[in-house]
Amino acid sequence: MDTCYHCGDSCLGTPVVFEEKKFCCEGCHAVYEIFQVHGLEAYYQREGSPGFSSVSASGKFDFLELPEIQEQLLEFDEGGVQLVELHISNIHCSSCIWLLENLHRLHPSIRNSQVDFPRKKVRITFDKEALSLKQLAELLARIGYPPTITLEDYQDKKVASDKGLYYKLGVAGFAFGNVMLLSFPEYFETQEFWLDQYKTFFRWLMFAFSLPVVFYAAQDYFIAAYNGLKSRYLNIDVPIALGIVTLFLRSTFDIVFDLGSGFFDSLTGLVFFLLVGRYFQQKTYAFLSFERDYKSYFPISVTRIGAEAGEEIVEIHKIKAGDRLLIRNQEIIAVDAILKSGKANIDYSFVTGESALVEKAAGDRVYAGGKQIGGVLEVEALKSVSQSYLTQLWSHSAFKHNKSTSFQSFTDAIGKRFTLVVLTIATLSAAFWLYFDSSQALNVFTAVLIIACPCAIALAAPFTLGNILRIFGRFGFYVKDSDTIERMAAVDTLVFDKTGTLTQTRGNQIHYEGEAVSGQQEILLSNTLRASNHPLSRELYALLKEHQIQTLDEIVEEPGRGISGTLEGATIKVGSATFVGHPDEDSAATAVHIAAGNNYKGRYVFQSSFRKGVSRLFKKLKKRYALVVLSGDKPSEKSRLQRLFPFEVPMFFNQKPEDKLEYVRTAQQHSRLMMIGDGLNDAGALAQSDVGVAITEDINVFTPACDAILSAENLSQLDKFLSLSRAARSIIHASFILSFCYNSIGLYFAVTGQLKPVIAAILMPLSSISIVVFTTLMVWATSRRLRFETKAATTEKPKTQGAAKPEYCSLNSIPQ
Amino acid sequence: MSVIYVLLTISVCVAIVFFAAFILSVKKGQYDDAYTPSVRILFEDELVEESNNENNQKSSQTN
Repeated sequence: MDTCYHCGDSCLGTPVVFEEKKFCCEGCHAVYEIFQVHGLEAYYQREGSPGFSSVSASGKFDFLELPEIQEQLLEFDEGGVQLVELHISNIHCSSCIWLLENLHRLHPSIRNSQVDFPRKKVRITFDKEALSLKQLAELLARIGYPPTITLEDYQDKKVASDKGLYYKLGVAGFAFGNVMLLSFPEYFETQEFWLDQYKTFFRWLMFAFSLPVVFYAAQDYFIAAYNGLKSRYLNIDVPIALGIVTLFLRSTFDIVFDLGSGFFDSLTGLVFFLLVGRYFQQKTYAFLSFERDYKSYFPISVTRIGAEAGEEIVEIHKIKAGDRLLIRNQEIIAVDAILKSGKANIDYSFVTGESALVEKAAGDRVYAGGKQIGGVLEVEALKSVSQSYLTQLWSHSAFKHNKSTSFQSFTDAIGKRFTLVVLTIATLSAAFWLYFDSSQALNVFTAVLIIACPCAIALAAPFTLGNILRIFGRFGFYVKDSDTIERMAAVDTLVFDKTGTLTQTRGNQIHYEGEAVSGQQEILLSNTLRASNHPLSRELYALLKEHQIQTLDEIVEEPGRGISGTLEGATIKVGSATFVGHPDEDSAATAVHIAAGNNYKGRYVFQSSFRKGVSRLFKKLKKRYALVVLSGDKPSEKSRLQRLFPFEVPMFFNQKPEDKLEYVRTAQQHSRLMMIGDGLNDAGALAQSDVGVAITEDINVFTPACDAILSAENLSQLDKFLSLSRAARSIIHASFILSFCYNSIGLYFAVTGQLKPVIAAILMPLSSISIVVFTTLMVWATSRRLRFETKAATTEKPKTQGAAKPEYCSLNSIPQ
Repeated sequence: MSVIYVLLTISVCVAIVFFAAFILSVKKGQYDDAYTPSVRILFEDELVEESNNENNQKSSQTN
């Protein structure tokens, strides 16, 4: 079969041939022509068929004409020049960057465009006189890069990215290097003449360098320690802050009274290493969002049919009860409404997880979140957007509580005991020296606090969890932050959604029920299906396609009902039960019925298929976790599910979004839950659970708010991800023991009153670096033992959405 | 030996220049997107390439 030169999809019908190149549809051909006219054919040389098939949707970007929306989206608008940053989820390879940065050759009014690949954004500067924002969006959509503009982009003001950590790292690193240089001479020779001469100058210079470190770079630790103490809670920041303060005061005291060179080298080094750890822990996935709510799914505006003004575009938060709205094909219904006219085929998969279309007739109620497939509808709003059935879920308290505050991290649990032990040792040894040699008492007390500063402990968790975060990311499991891994390790119950989570969203299992069809009829059937564009026909055709292609005498398609084909007097009818003239007994199942002539033959039943390895995964997980399945589906699927598992798994059906949320909340009283779900219907349960994992077949499309996003093909490795998160706990504990050894050596020097700055300066970095090496090696070894597999996406490339390619994969093939 | 004051001043000044360069680069957003520039630098400008080819041909003719 031919593949399209532009988008790489297989050409199902007769390919469009242009200049000896084949295209799957007119859309791809048109895009090719646009590129050719503007001399951009080099696009195809960068990567074989890098394009996306573009689907024309007139009126999709009409809302961009509203001045208030423009005002929110535009970053700069003066003197006819506008600057806008658009999110384009299709950006996936180097050709995309190249094309989007060459937009000025497609349209003269585009002055400049710059792609931010990790965030999948493009910033475009253009002249508004010749090109409006709407036209720009349409131009992008025409070449296959439709911008995704959601309510969230529109309502959230630009959040300045936090650069504070970079500045602090810079300050600490700068001071650390210089202080090391200045303190080096005193490590070896203290009696040398010239050194004696200049040491006061050197010491005050070091003091000056340490000031910005203590008062700027380390301020987060003081704030965290203060907050901890205020809520009567000893976190790990308390001994760190205590250490920093003691280091600074003791060193200043030393140089003022000319007692020694002070510990400025250890002080700046400590802060620098701590900040490096904090930087490492922050692995962010700029192209993913973990905070989405229904606003990301809903359109920004809808078409309202006014009483006298005709059609107008309004923002959805301005919809009032009683407004008449126009819903086009593929548009999401934003409010609960009554259907006034048109034939509704509504896809509620966002809301219920149930993928079959629901038919509605005029006078029926339609709910917010459903997507219309087919013709144009006219509806009358019953409520405003925020009061609709689905959107009310977000006013639930589950979306407001902060999961990390209710969970004590490994480090903080240790920090509490640690602080008490250190203070006890310091006081006891000070008391001892007060008795023997009171001049040493203060020296020893501060030395203990300095040497016991838990630098290594504070580094163990960031490096262990940071490494695990990176390993997870490599295998398609994108975790929001390192706290989530700690919570994962504590989980004891796993709750699964069914539709879209355990089953695939694409790729059905098809089986035939009924009389056998003859060879000739099968050829006729496959050729009839070939002419149909209905998704079920396409799937069925893909199953039967190995038949020879023949031109049929007559094809009649009745949209929404079925298709009939005639060849040499024989007729075959394919479609719904009523279309083929057969009583429908089992309307719950999705089926395509066939009749040859007037004889009913049988039906093809479509069943969603379970993801690969689900059964094996459940068997492995059963050993350690309690498993539960919550489904929005009818209980008719129960027997199929039970066949999949050789043991009893509690299953609940007909679960509405708030039922799932309530189930999780109740179960949380005696266990820690991980919820694995996909759609908006799971959003409440994902937010309420200790760890909410959203599963998706395409990383680029929307996922509800969650703690982690798992690419669907890696679901079978969930047990390994959980094992690694549990291993994190033992690795961190092992490194605590290791750092405890260092600390006891240091404490020996401190308690006996022999702590020299040089010893502190050696011990501190040594323990920190060995902890970093130790945790990195341990995590690496554990992940090797678990044998993670890199899984390629098994489903074929979706047509209009972004390709489910792993990040950066195709960027290695940049032409040199 | 008072030259050490001069030397130290110079060394600290040099260090501060680099420090300031770092702060400035963060401020200008060089660390916001650390990936795309590495791809962008490999793109050749096809139009320039064509004219170069013409020049090359011309120069080869004259030779």
